[in-house]
Amino acid sequence: MASTTANPKDRTLLAVIGDEDSITGLLLAGIGHVDNQSKKNFLIVDAKTQTSVIESAFQDFTERKDIAILLINQHVAERIRPTVDRYQAAFPALLEIPSKEHPYDPSKDSVLKRVQKLRGD
Amino acid sequence: MSGTGPREAIFPTRMNLTLTKGRLKGAQTGHSLLAKKRDALTTRFRQILKKVDEAKRLMGRVLQLASFSLAEVTYTAGDIGYQVQESVRKATYTVQARQENVSGVVLPAFEGVRSKEGSDFNLTGLSRGGQQVQKARETYVKAVGTLVELASLQTAFTILDEVIRATNRRVNAIEHVVIPRLDNTIKYINSELDEMDREEFFRLKKVQGKKKRDADKALETRVDQNEEYVQGGGELHRDEGIGGGAEGGKDMLDDGKDEDVIF
Repeated sequence: MASTTANPKDRTLLAVIGDEDSITGLLLAGIGHVDNQSKKNFLIVDAKTQTSVIESAFQDFTERKDIAILLINQHVAERIRPTVDRYQAAFPALLEIPSKEHPYDPSKDSVLKRVQKLRGD
Repeated sequence: MSGTGPREAIFPTRMNLTLTKGRLKGAQTGHSLLAKKRDALTTRFRQILKKVDEAKRLMGRVLQLASFSLAEVTYTAGDIGYQVQESVRKATYTVQARQENVSGVVLPAFEGVRSKEGSDFNLTGLSRGGQQVQKARETYVKAVGTLVELASLQTAFTILDEVIRATNRRVNAIEHVVIPRLDNTIKYINSELDEMDREEFFRLKKVQGKKKRDADKALETRVDQNEEYVQGGGELHRDEGIGGGAEGGKDMLDDGKDEDVIF
């Protein structure tokens, strides 16, 4: 259980990868954080954003030690689906959230897929 | 039967038999304990599974509501996205991890914490739409609360899944590998010991037979020799035992009571 060795108590931040509207809303709630190296804990994705940029941000956020929960818009997750599906670690918890234009589709969620599989239907 | 299937590489002795029996007992106890742990974890897991499913669906609705309130803001205050992004400095909504113990497995549970410090967005919507901004903020804080709850459920789900798998692996390993192997070892040792017993018995029989044959042979030769000796004019003396003759074999304890000796 290598994923649980790092102390979860040090993880206090939420991180977001998503479209502008979702991020604006979440930032309004106060989850935004810019650290001393002016590193942000959110990434705005639009139609022009390269998949590689999303991918590297995803890697970056999952490797950071101060992030407890990583939120990602489902349509963004869809673009890096193989990486998302491969992600199994407990920390940070990966959460797929719906965006304004893309309603939530439970059948695509990597965690719900596992839930469904375990329930046997 | 014995010796079939894998077994421990040990020497078939009685001590090893006792040791192996002890180990088998230990393995069986461990197996039942692990099975109990697995059952407890699975019960918990099913609860969480159900909750995760529900929470995920709830989250969809909550976020829909939240984006609607943001749309209201955009309508009254214009696009505040850029302004919000640029004024971010320090997180005012953070999470804290508590730990919960389920049969030896530490499950973290996140809790959203809103710091009391003023938010970075006090000036957002100052000119117009301030109320809507406030409302959107509250809605989003609530939505994030739901998300945090969901995240802790999901983390618990992931960890429990992992632990259950490990426990299952162990239970199956004990059930299908360790216990049969110890069983085989015990059977092997038993059969070897039986075999040794039979061999020993046969050996003793053989020794006895041989001794009897030797004794018969010796008697025969002696009888022959005696005959030869008598024919040669010799006289045979039989051994009469201790105290031989008519008085032989008398026991002094049977002499009756001695007279008391008085000084």
